[in-house]
Amino acid sequence: MNVTLKVWRQKNRNDAGRFVTYEVKDISPDASFLEMLDVLNVDLVKKGEEPIAFDHDCREGICGSCGIVINGRAHGPGRGIATCELRMRVFRDGDMIVAEPWRAKAFPVIKDLVVDRTGLDRIMVAGGYISAKTGGVPDANAIPIPKPIAEEAMDAAACIGCGACVAACPNSSAMLFVAAKISHLALLPQGKVEATTRVQRMVEQMDKEGFGNCSNNYACEAECPKEISVLHIARLNREFIKAKVL
Amino acid sequence: MTLDSKIPAGPIEKKWDTHRFNLKLVNPANKRKYTIIVVGTGLAGASAAASFGELGYNVLAFSYHESPRRAHSIAAQGGINAPKNYANDGDSIYRLFYDTVKGGDYRAREANVYRLAQVSNNIIDQCVAQGVPFARDYAGYLDNRSFGGAQVSRTFYARGQTGQQLLLGAYSALCRQIDVGSVKFFPRREMLDVVLVDGQARGIVARNLVTGEIESYAAHAVVLATGGYGNVFYLSTNAKASNATAIWRAYKRGAAFGNPCFTQIHPTCIPQSGDYQSKLTLMSESLRNDGRIWVPKQKGDKRKPEDIPESERDYYLERLYPSFGNLVPRDVASRRAKEMCDNGYGVGPTGLAVYLDFSDAIKRLGRMVIEEKYGNLFDMYHEITGEDPYKTPMRIYPAVHYTMGGLWVDYNLMSTIPGLYVIGEANFSDHGANRLGASALMQGLADGYFIIPYTIGDYLATTKFKAVAEDAAEFRGVREELSAMIKKLMSINGKKSVEEFHRQLGKIMWDNVGMARTRESLKKALEEIPKLREEFWNNVKVVGESNDLNADLERAGRVADFLELGELMARDALHREESCGGHFRVEYQTEDGEAKRDDEQFCYVAAWEYAGRDKEPVLNKEPLTFEYVKPSQRSYK
Ligand SMILES: Cc1cc2nc3c(=O)[nH]c(=O)nc-3n(C[C@H](O)[C@H](O)[C@H](O)COP(=O)(O)OP(=O)(O)OC[C@H]3O[C@@H](n4cnc5c(N)ncnc54)[C@H](O)[C@@H]3O)c2cc1C
Ligand code: SF4
Ligand code: FES
Repeated sequence: MNVTLKVWRQKNRNDAGRFVTYEVKDISPDASFLEMLDVLNVDLVKKGEEPIAFDHDCREGICGSCGIVINGRAHGPGRGIATCELRMRVFRDGDMIVAEPWRAKAFPVIKDLVVDRTGLDRIMVAGGYISAKTGGVPDANAIPIPKPIAEEAMDAAACIGCGACVAACPNSSAMLFVAAKISHLALLPQGKVEATTRVQRMVEQMDKEGFGNCSNNYACEAECPKEISVLHIARLNREFIKAKVL
Repeated sequence: MTLDSKIPAGPIEKKWDTHRFNLKLVNPANKRKYTIIVVGTGLAGASAAASFGELGYNVLAFSYHESPRRAHSIAAQGGINAPKNYANDGDSIYRLFYDTVKGGDYRAREANVYRLAQVSNNIIDQCVAQGVPFARDYAGYLDNRSFGGAQVSRTFYARGQTGQQLLLGAYSALCRQIDVGSVKFFPRREMLDVVLVDGQARGIVARNLVTGEIESYAAHAVVLATGGYGNVFYLSTNAKASNATAIWRAYKRGAAFGNPCFTQIHPTCIPQSGDYQSKLTLMSESLRNDGRIWVPKQKGDKRKPEDIPESERDYYLERLYPSFGNLVPRDVASRRAKEMCDNGYGVGPTGLAVYLDFSDAIKRLGRMVIEEKYGNLFDMYHEITGEDPYKTPMRIYPAVHYTMGGLWVDYNLMSTIPGLYVIGEANFSDHGANRLGASALMQGLADGYFIIPYTIGDYLATTKFKAVAEDAAEFRGVREELSAMIKKLMSINGKKSVEEFHRQLGKIMWDNVGMARTRESLKKALEEIPKLREEFWNNVKVVGESNDLNADLERAGRVADFLELGELMARDALHREESCGGHFRVEYQTEDGEAKRDDEQFCYVAAWEYAGRDKEPVLNKEPLTFEYVKPSQRSYK
């Protein structure tokens, strides 16, 4: 199949950036979107042009590296998939496809489709952990955890930290990302001990990084590749209020 | 070069305890005066860096990723082993030790493997304490599943995302240390060389991938946790960026390379479908718990799998290996699948696939149970192939997955360069010639949480260090060499892309140094690889600028290293005139097609030593002795 690709090209952080249009020919519908970019990039290199920069690594939807806004949607059409899992067969022959980077104040563009998401790491550093020192811990089976709770914690822990929730949100809020971590740890008995300071510190850091507020728009859940539920945001809010009251 | 494995004396169950007692300690107040560099923050690196930080060392951690959570470890699906014996099915430390030595086809060090089995139980405790949401049963206790090469159920898992959850656990421990300031993390930095001062590893030179700057960092010891080199084959299950540069450049500075040819080909991957394909996708081994592998009994049978009656199917693993059945080790399962396809029984459009069928399990357990166990894997398969594995069997074929080879290390995990440690998949240590499923995660975390934090202290406490700063002549020299190399790559301006060279190398490797190796094929590889390398340095085209984010340039450096490493792998495979584990030399097999070891001649670790450009590397041998698990022909019948 053939497609026309309109891609955001931006040399570096200081460059203004612009869309550039490319014709991509003879792509197998079974190829992934990123493989289509690979093919285009080899052509560009041979012509002596710079290939399109994009982040990627695992190419199976788990590392959270990839992230392109495709036709206006974070990770493109389809639910519950990351950009690397998108296959060309969802497009039609002759389609025009628009590809842009995540756009958010807290995610400055580094080059083309690559953005700086280290703000998410800094939120994690601000308490997104359980303080368990290597060694001195009890036997793994010492604290039984009811299966439904463990499963719910796992649902939240499945977040891949891709930032699509931020890209999808009209306020560029990172609420779903933060809520997923708060929820995962607050559900487990071993995480409850530090729950209060954790939620306060992580939310504070989120604000500091320049992520926006949550206005219950729920675009995040719709574009999240791991279909993390907005119910976790409700839990974050509960934890946050509890922390304030205490 | 002399290889001293430093295996402590005494009975195997006591070795590690005795050794730990004998190791010198660094006074707590002095620890922060020591700087340790950790390159790589996957499972091995993140757990080591976090543990060093907790102990009070000053830690500098590096990764070419933007975040530690993006490391290749994140993709591990199936699980992690530990002989907790929660299933009460007769497991023990000794049994895990035994299974691993046997699974590795008697090419690993007994003492290391025993220690690995010993500390593996602590890993599970540690991870649970960090909040890793392992699967649980209805009573709330931890659940287990089985993996190949074992007859007990000892694999802990978190759905099909075990690696993700373990890495997020280690990453959170690392975040905590970054928070308190004991660890400084440098994202998007690629280590390009290790710097030696008076023969000791005293720092690294790295490229800032965003600005292109060549930066120097000094320390008292350097730990490489940079993962495996399966991508030398181009197509593999490894993440796209996984590469050998860190260990290869260390090899060229004097670290011996252990068993480079020991590569694992994983039996259950989604078959290749086109030339555009950029990587292969693994379908976790855990699927072999419930899936049954078969091919049609008739050659070239083109009927749909549903239309082939039971009586006309050959469940060949169950037929050949009645006691282990579909759960034979990976090397055996892969080789048999290849053999079936080579003999014309393969299925699918290319004939290079066998079926992995869940219909019996769905009938027996119900769709719900299968969905809960493997839901995300089934979805992934569906997404990639467009076929629904709940309705029709999966098609699978072997693919390159893991490298047992790596830098040679002693019992303390130190390479042949003093002060240079190697952990995780990057070292050669515990898996011999074949790794059992769910034991890479175990090894990475054992090395990082429970072994290196002790052994590095002894080195720091007993070594004299002279003051070294980043502006020392040794650093300057390395920076100049690297700048020259980058300049050279950028200036060739030939006609072929880096990608094309990599694919071409991958094909040479797969065809000649892949699943079935012969003297002829290896000799052919030894002719073709240097030719391709020569062409690379005259005809590669690298575009863009060197002082900017430039993925093309990054890849060019990595492929340049693969073009050298590939040759060493072929050389190692040629010299090892036996078959063992994943190293299958067609000339050496038993009558029924199993790997035929030659313990008289090859019961050793081949540790290759760099001898200089265009010189043949020197082979050093570390003999292996087996006091506890006596080598025998592995049998899974
Ligand atoms: C698809 C798949 C599934 C798997 N499933 C399982 C399983 O179920 N159970 C199991 O036990 N094992 C499994 N494995 C194997 C296991 O995941 C790996 O062996 C293991 O995670 C390797 O961990 P590591 O920490 O050694 O390296 P990695 O996770 O590869 O980390 C390497 C780190 O080094 C960094 N790095 C590398 N080079 C440089 C450099 N030059 N400069 C700076 N940084 C550098 C990277 O950025 C990264 O942080 C699986 C592997 C694959 C491919
Ligand atoms: S919550 Fe979903 S969209 Fe947001 S970072 Fe996590 S996985 Fe990505
Ligand atoms: S490349 Fe890893 S999630 Fe897409």
